[in-house]
Parts: sequence; C-alpha cells; structure tokens
Amino acid sequence: MIRISNLSVNLPGFSLKDIDLHVEPGQFFVLLGPTGAGKTLILESIAGLLPVDSGQIQVHGRDVTNLPPEKRGIGIVYQNSALFPHLNVRANIEFGLRYGKGDSKESRQRFDMLVGTLGLKRLLARSPLHLSGGEQQRVALARALVVDPRILLLDEPLSALDPNFREEIRDILKHLHQETGIAILMVTHDFGEARFLGQQITVIHQGRLQQTGTADEIFRRPTAPFVARFVGMHNIYAAEFVGPMARLGANTLRLESPVSPGSGHVAFRPEDVALFNGSMNSDYREDEEGNTLSGSVIALQHQGVFSDVRIQSEDLQIRAITPTSRVVQMNLSPGEPIQCRITPQNLHVMV
Amino acid sequence: MRLSRPDPFIGLAAACSILILAFILLPLVEMITQPTMGEMTATLQDSDVRRAVGLSLGTAATAGVIALLLGTPFAYLLARRNFPGKKLVESAVDLPIMIPHPVIGIALLSLAGKNHWIGRAMGEAGIRLMGTYTGIVAVMLFVGLPFFINAAKAGFEAVPERMEKVGRSLGASPAGAFFRITLPLTWRSMVVGVIMCMARAISEFGAIVIVAYHPMVAPVMIYERFTAFGLKYSQPVAVWLILVCLLLFVLLRLFARPAKEIR
Repeated sequence: MIRISNLSVNLPGFSLKDIDLHVEPGQFFVLLGPTGAGKTLILESIAGLLPVDSGQIQVHGRDVTNLPPEKRGIGIVYQNSALFPHLNVRANIEFGLRYGKGDSKESRQRFDMLVGTLGLKRLLARSPLHLSGGEQQRVALARALVVDPRILLLDEPLSALDPNFREEIRDILKHLHQETGIAILMVTHDFGEARFLGQQITVIHQGRLQQTGTADEIFRRPTAPFVARFVGMHNIYAAEFVGPMARLGANTLRLESPVSPGSGHVAFRPEDVALFNGSMNSDYREDEEGNTLSGSVIALQHQGVFSDVRIQSEDLQIRAITPTSRVVQMNLSPGEPIQCRITPQNLHVMV
Repeated sequence: MRLSRPDPFIGLAAACSILILAFILLPLVEMITQPTMGEMTATLQDSDVRRAVGLSLGTAATAGVIALLLGTPFAYLLARRNFPGKKLVESAVDLPIMIPHPVIGIALLSLAGKNHWIGRAMGEAGIRLMGTYTGIVAVMLFVGLPFFINAAKAGFEAVPERMEKVGRSLGASPAGAFFRITLPLTWRSMVVGVIMCMARAISEFGAIVIVAYHPMVAPVMIYERFTAFGLKYSQPVAVWLILVCLLLFVLLRLFARPAKEIR
C-alpha cells in the first residue's frame, strides 16, 4: 500500500533519519510524537511537498519518490484546515474535481456522500471565513476525500479545535474511515487520540522512529525510555540486570522473568505503585508476591479522586498515583516513612 | 486613547505629528488654491499641457504594466523560495530607491550608448532611449520596480504556503495553484503595487530630464515653465498633474477595495 523505506530529509536545524513505515490498505495508522518531532515533515515528504534526500516512497507498489504532489494521489489535511478563503464551501470541496479522474458521475456521488456524512449540506454556499473550527475541518476533509485519494494524510487535525469539536471530529474521522475504507496516516502528539483512532501506532522522537505496534503494545510494552515516558510511565530508571533481578542504584527489584545480564532501563506506571505504612498492616502481608521499597514521602498533591505522591527511596524518586481516600486513610504527609510495592508483572524491562 | 491629564511625552509627540502634517499639507493646499479658475481652464486648453500630462500618465502606465508582468514572477520567487544570496538580491531590488536620480539617467544612457554592445544591439533593433517614449518608460520602470516588487512580495507572503500545498495535493500543477489560489488572494496587493510604481514613475524628474527632455513629461514641463516664466506660470500645470493623479489613484484604490481576511 504505502511503503516508506529509509527516508531521510535534511533541513537547516532539523532532520529525519532512516524512516521506515508501512501502511496497509484501509489501515488507520498513527504517527505519535511530541511537537517538533518531525511528524509534519514526514507527511509533507510523503505528499511530495518537501524534497527528500534519500529513501523511497511507494504507493500501491509504484515508486512515487520523484513524482510531483499532483501526480501522487495523496490527500492531506492540515491542522488549521487551510481552506481557500476566496471560494465558498462548495467551490472549496470541488477544487480538485477538475484534475485527475475529473468530474464524473462517480465523483458527484462521492461529493453527495461526503456532504451528507459530514453534515455540510446547509454550509455549501457559505464562506469558510464564517465557519467554526469544527466546520472548517469537516470541509477540509470533504475537499481532500472527494478526489478519491489513495491515502489520506492528517496533520494534527484535532489540535487546533475546541475540546467539544475535537471529540466530534474524532468520531467523524473514525466513522469516515469505516465508511470509505481509505488508508489514513495521521500524526498527533496526543496519546488519547492515537489510542482511540490508531490501528497501528508508531512513536517518533527527534526525527527517528522509536517503536511501532498496536495501541496496547505501545501502552503496555514500551521498548524505549522515551516511549515509556510518552505513554505516561513516569517511573523510568537505568538498571543493571543480574538474572531475575534488576539493580537500580541501591535498590534491587525482582523481575517477572530473567533477562540476559547487562544494562538497560526498568519502568513502571505510577498507578501500579501500591503504598503502605504502619497504619495499614491489616491488609499488608509480607509474604505477598512483590517488591517492596522503603522510603519517605517528599511531596503530596491531591488531584480530586486521585493523589499524586512523590517518594524518595534511597537514590530513587518514585511517583505514585493513589486513590485520595487511601491517602487520607493512611494519614500521609511529607516526611512520613512509607513503603511502595510494585509487582514484577508491572515492571517493564527495556534493554 | 483617553487621558485625563495629557502626559508631557504624549503631548510632545502629538505636537510633532501636527507639525509634520502641516509641513506636508500646507504647501500642497496653498499651491492648489492659488491658481484662479480662469488660469486653470486656460492651462487645460493648452495642448502642450494636455500632451505632457497625457504622456506622463501613458509612460507611467506602460512602466506599471511591465513591472506587473516581469515583477510578479520575481516577487513570487522572493516570497516563496530561500536561496543563498537572497538578502543580496533583495538589496539589489531596493537599489533604485537609494541612487541619486540624475545618476540613474546617466547609468541607463551609458548602457544604451554606442560604446556598449547592448547599446549597439539596441540601436540595430531600432530601440533608442535618448529623447524617446521608450527612454522615459525605461527610467520610470527603473525607479518604480522596487515599489511594485515589494508590494507584490508582501502580498504573496500573506498567503500561507500551505494553501498552495493543499492545492497541489488536490491535483493542481504549480501554475494551477498559483492562478487558482494565490493570484485571487493577492491581486489587490498587485494593484496597490502598480499604483505605487506609477506614482513613483510620474513623480520622477531628475533621471527623465537627462534621458529625455523631449518628448516632455509633465514634471519636465513644470520645471521648464518655472525656470522660464516663474512660479505663477508653473502652478496650474502642477495642479492639473496632481488632480489627474489623485483621481486615478482613488479610482484604482476603490477598485482594489477591502482585502479579504486570509487565514
């Protein structure tokens, strides 16, 4: 379908290196990364709007690396919709119909289908300058899809929208994808969006791909410290592995299964840290499976139902997210001694 | 801005502003109001005057159109592309603003003379600058180009490149994207650019008088009448030139009415 191999782009102050991507037909593929990670550049290279220094882009088995954008059949929708302000909504959507496959009966049907699905019927005569952000983005989607592209590229299509529109467009995207069966490659910095929409996710950082997998795989089994931090793991430490044990400075944790000796990283989620102190002896049993670290509370922040607790254990700083009711029950306050338990199943090993 | 007690600093700034406005407007108003109605009609009936004002407008319009045709692609490149030496190229475009006007006339003549191969080639093609319509247009184009190019470039820069990119992804060629997206959004800037170019061209005297004393454009005629017959005799011509120009520019400005907001 879309296959990108060894793509490299060098710009002043920024570069993409050895990007390999493969989007299956009809797949919703998400590139996930922080702002400035080079996501827009990848999309523009794929669309032919940016010259590439090396690598190859194939669409349906055809090498399009050296084709101009208008010959590629790749649609793109930007964050700010980039509607043409001098044309009304109908003329915006019909802009591409005079090229390529042209203005056929088929394209008219697609026009009607998109206008219906995206709820644009009563907006057709309006100027894009008088549309809300969500309406603009719906028009931009129709404009890109009416020419029946082989793949649709979405550049942070939800980021510029108000939260309520964001949800609406997100649902529309999912619906459109199911309806049209088109392959979509979307970039975003929002893990929630990626998780909701993406059938396959690739995490990108500093112009390099970090990890590719399903949302669950990325969320549960990050393979690089950056990915772990990005999906909210927060507790990430350099570790030395010795058999089934990981040495984190002065602390030692038991792993679920032995790892080949060497160094790497260990990570766990703040919500997987269970907290205990003297007052809770009743439901704390020493013999229970788990790693127990002793330390003291250094900071405590109530955030409604949950509380964010920072703990210092030897040379490790640990972040725990715990129900506020439990924090109150334990009568926690800064300076108090505390014990943290992390089960080996919740420890993620990255080598 | 509402100030209960004017700050001395703001007061000083306002005083300077009023002084400058008076300095600009008083002489003009004085000049326009001095000739009597009779003098004005008499001047208008003078065919030499009509010919000179007409020549000024005609040559300036020719220069404006050439600037539009040749300058638009150049301005587009400057707005859209980065290349080594771009700053130098931009400074070169502004050079005609800095160069003393008689120097411009002399420079153009030295290129168009028999001592230069370009001048000889032009001569063989029957193109002469000295004392011709062509010469006047050449001078006007030289001094007016920076104004057109800078206005058009600012217009192109105001259109987000992403709009053209979207157009390309929808199937438009670079030319298609330019004519269907960029141009409809920038033609007002270009009209403004042509107006500024023409205004600058009509006002040119120093370079034109060197290249072509005859045929006589309005500023040269005003100068001639001033030196030969004095202030009183040159004023009505000057007023007619100003009125015709003002009318033209007001019309063009109206034509290029409110620029739509570009997002």
